[in-house]
Amino acid sequence: MSSLSELEPEIVPTDVAERRVRGRSPLQLAWARFRDDKVALTFLVILVLIVVFAVLAPLWASWTDHPYSATFPKTGLDVNGQPVGPSKDFWLGADQLGRDVLVRAAYGARISLLVGIAAAAVASIVGVLVGTLAGYVGGWTDGFLARVMDITLALPYLLIAITLAVTFQVQSVAGSLTMTIAVIAFFSFAATGRIIRGQVMSIKQKEFIEAARSLGAGRGRIMIVDVLPNLVAQITVLASLLIPTSIVFESTLSFLGVGVRPPMPSWGAMLGEGSEVFQTAWWLLVVPAVLLLLTTLSFNLLGDAIRDAMDPRADRQSGGK
Amino acid sequence: MLRYVIRRLLYAVLVLWLVSTLVFVFLHLSPTSVERTIGGPRASTETLEQIRRNLGLDKPVLVQYFSWLGHLLKGDLGQSYLNGTSVASIIANRLPTTLWLVAGAGVIWFIGGVASGVYSATHPRSGADRIITGTVLIGLSLPSFVMALVLLYVFSTKLGELGVHYFEAGPPLQEHFFQRMILPWIGLAFLMVATYTRLTRGSMLDVLGEDYIRTARSKGISERRVIYRHGLRSALTPVVTQFGIDIGALIGSTIVIERVFGLQGVGQLVYQSINLGDTPVIIGVTLMVTLFVVVANLIVDIGYSFLDPRVRLA
Amino acid sequence: MTRTGGNDVLVSAEGVFKHFPIRQGIVFKKEIARVHAVDGVDLTVRRGETLGIVGESGCGKSTLARCLAALHPVTRGRITFEGTDVTRMSSAGLKAFRRDVQMIFQDPYGSLNPRRRVGSIIGDPFAIHGLADGAERKSRVQELMELVGLNPEHYNRFPAEFSGGQRQRIGIARALALKPKLIICDEPVSALDVSIQAQVINLLKDLQNELGLTYVFIAHDLSVVRYVSDRVAVMYLGRVVENAAEAELYGGPRHPYAAALLSAASIADPDEAERAERIVLTGDVPSPIDPPSGCRFHPRCPKAQDRCVTDDPELVVREGDPADHLTACHFPVERGEHLAREHAGIAQVSTEPDLPEATP
Repeated sequence: MSSLSELEPEIVPTDVAERRVRGRSPLQLAWARFRDDKVALTFLVILVLIVVFAVLAPLWASWTDHPYSATFPKTGLDVNGQPVGPSKDFWLGADQLGRDVLVRAAYGARISLLVGIAAAAVASIVGVLVGTLAGYVGGWTDGFLARVMDITLALPYLLIAITLAVTFQVQSVAGSLTMTIAVIAFFSFAATGRIIRGQVMSIKQKEFIEAARSLGAGRGRIMIVDVLPNLVAQITVLASLLIPTSIVFESTLSFLGVGVRPPMPSWGAMLGEGSEVFQTAWWLLVVPAVLLLLTTLSFNLLGDAIRDAMDPRADRQSGGK
Repeated sequence: MLRYVIRRLLYAVLVLWLVSTLVFVFLHLSPTSVERTIGGPRASTETLEQIRRNLGLDKPVLVQYFSWLGHLLKGDLGQSYLNGTSVASIIANRLPTTLWLVAGAGVIWFIGGVASGVYSATHPRSGADRIITGTVLIGLSLPSFVMALVLLYVFSTKLGELGVHYFEAGPPLQEHFFQRMILPWIGLAFLMVATYTRLTRGSMLDVLGEDYIRTARSKGISERRVIYRHGLRSALTPVVTQFGIDIGALIGSTIVIERVFGLQGVGQLVYQSINLGDTPVIIGVTLMVTLFVVVANLIVDIGYSFLDPRVRLA
Repeated sequence: MTRTGGNDVLVSAEGVFKHFPIRQGIVFKKEIARVHAVDGVDLTVRRGETLGIVGESGCGKSTLARCLAALHPVTRGRITFEGTDVTRMSSAGLKAFRRDVQMIFQDPYGSLNPRRRVGSIIGDPFAIHGLADGAERKSRVQELMELVGLNPEHYNRFPAEFSGGQRQRIGIARALALKPKLIICDEPVSALDVSIQAQVINLLKDLQNELGLTYVFIAHDLSVVRYVSDRVAVMYLGRVVENAAEAELYGGPRHPYAAALLSAASIADPDEAERAERIVLTGDVPSPIDPPSGCRFHPRCPKAQDRCVTDDPELVVREGDPADHLTACHFPVERGEHLAREHAGIAQVSTEPDLPEATP
């Protein structure tokens, strides 16, 4: 053993730069870069505020004494039956039925966040699963899964989503929520799956995969231990960008009346139901539209910031769906 | 080459068949009953039975499926349950509105997207670049129906005197064509302008970093010429490719814009048919829309494989 | 290197073929051609010795290495390890085989998972075979790190924090973890700086002496192979064309290809280099999709005759050679024979300094 240690000039840890990066995992480095991104931090704060607004929805309802589905024809509508604007009773005005817009917007925030995050999570999990399987196993499995993804992407998704929603007319709020999440996830997983598949195929060519095989590791172990850790950055970015897309999808479905069932408010449904009286009641347009924009904008910006933080070399340009 | 085209064609047919079958199955699981729509809420059980028999809905699902498939292979999309008109003629009646909508929006978003993308790529970090990048992000974040509602709100209340009309469903397309179409075009194009600005900017930045651009510059060619003659040409290839795919895909996504602006295109048609349970029309429109997507993809793929032979092997 | 191996055969390849099909088709892909990467290789490796395999890029040496490590299924032929046929092994047998045979890869950047810590990479073999975990695994990994000359305190670092030479040591530590009988080194130093190459090669040699390892050592650098090998096999287009003890081969190559290869190698002594003749081969290496008939080397061989076009020479002992010197050539090179063609653009060793001309 002594003969070995003699020929070791290169192992001595002297250099200062080396000490500085010691023990910092890629995640820690990413966080350090993220902290320097002022715009992203601002929108992170906005997002936190929206989440707080959503979580405290029942509190707003009890403070104002305006449950989200209750109508107040006496206080909420004026003598001509038009909704009242922002006032002491109705901070953000009332809607065409005399319901409190503030309370409904808060419950709508819950729906948007819940559907957005749940659908993005389901789509990411399925997409990663399918993409990894297709990319790693190859052969007939890949042929089949890749075709499935291609076809899913070629479907006129809005048409089929509406058809599906009408077909399985679910009357309960919970049922329609599940349905909406499932429909969005179904039309979103393929985009993730295709990117992951491509990544896995290129990772599969790397020598460390061959090294793992030569050590006797099985397919399952290689996919989990060797392939997936290399996709963490990709998956995080893709998932964070899927959230705003899913929120937009949900609001569109709800706007068309095939998303989350009334009386549960959703921003998209609020915009759809109020569209007849926008000319006189601008707040019915402005409140949900601004909240929707702020939420999706925050998620998009955060997604971009995460991508930049995780891989400083990645260009910011790759086009969205 | 021929093999490649044949393979793609077979695949396109497979997609069309799968999509139509899928929709067929969905609709047969649907509880929406068309006989109720036709007969009205007070119709007797016998009347409803009679309607079902007339439409052939009393036969087993498989029989219905194969009869429908047989007609489809002959190019017959069937008749509407509601008034017996042929589905093909209904679609033909509605299609021009949607095509004009998409075509006009396409022109706007392509020109707008490429222009702002090129500008921001050639003026990186300038104030305009920042504004463009910021607007792009908003465009990508805003659902198209919200944009449409905002447009409608702003222009029909504040600028109502301009004589823009929206909710009139009746008059033929030619009447007040531009006044009626301009807002739908902008509404539909807004999101796409954002996407295309991003795409063009990225592609342009990539190309401008290439060695041959540096060579061109070092030869003393004017910067203008470098960007427009050498850079733009190759930078636009992926953008044009994406444009082909999106134009096809968008035919199925006009539903929201058509509803907001009251245009009687195929989007409205399918929305109305879904609510009425008029199965043949729904399947017909879905097939047609899928056909657009598949054909657009096919053209792009085959065109691409002419340019880049490596694709054929993949 | 002292050798006590004897005649105990550890690995043998008999008539090994590895073809990669090229497929094309609309629905059912049919095979239209095949790459003859390894095309009938016989060789044996004795316990404790180092077999070097040399050849140009694309001659199939890396594919052969992967066949020996059972990473590629062979198209035809037998590979036996300690008497059992590797190509027909059950999955349990294969798992045991994987403990005994390890690989060291060419690319020190590609062969280590960039997202995993060094400790977990070197500990991988223990995890896969369920041999040690927790504190025990950690202490064994640190022993290994020390053994290959790495600082055991760097256990929690990522591969990116190491230099190329250190990364190759990590790969070596991983290969040693299960105390294998055979290590297949696929160009282990070709990606390293010349100054680091010697350190890694010395480490491999020291480890062999200490642990009694057997190596299959693949390289295209002839001096490296000469330095580590007991026996050397020269490959050309998927075949072994000459197989002999190191001193035999470097002293007097019999196959014209081996002779050409050796003549092109750099020679350290400038006087000797000036005297040495260079055999410059004409033409390109033929495609392995459609290898030449007869002797594969005939289109480029300075000695080729009609027989070489039709008859495929066997890999056998040629006249005047010892029993372990095999050559696949009808007309082996004789001692003192000159193969260099007069006209060929033989590299002349100039003593004059290179003066810069007008820069292009």
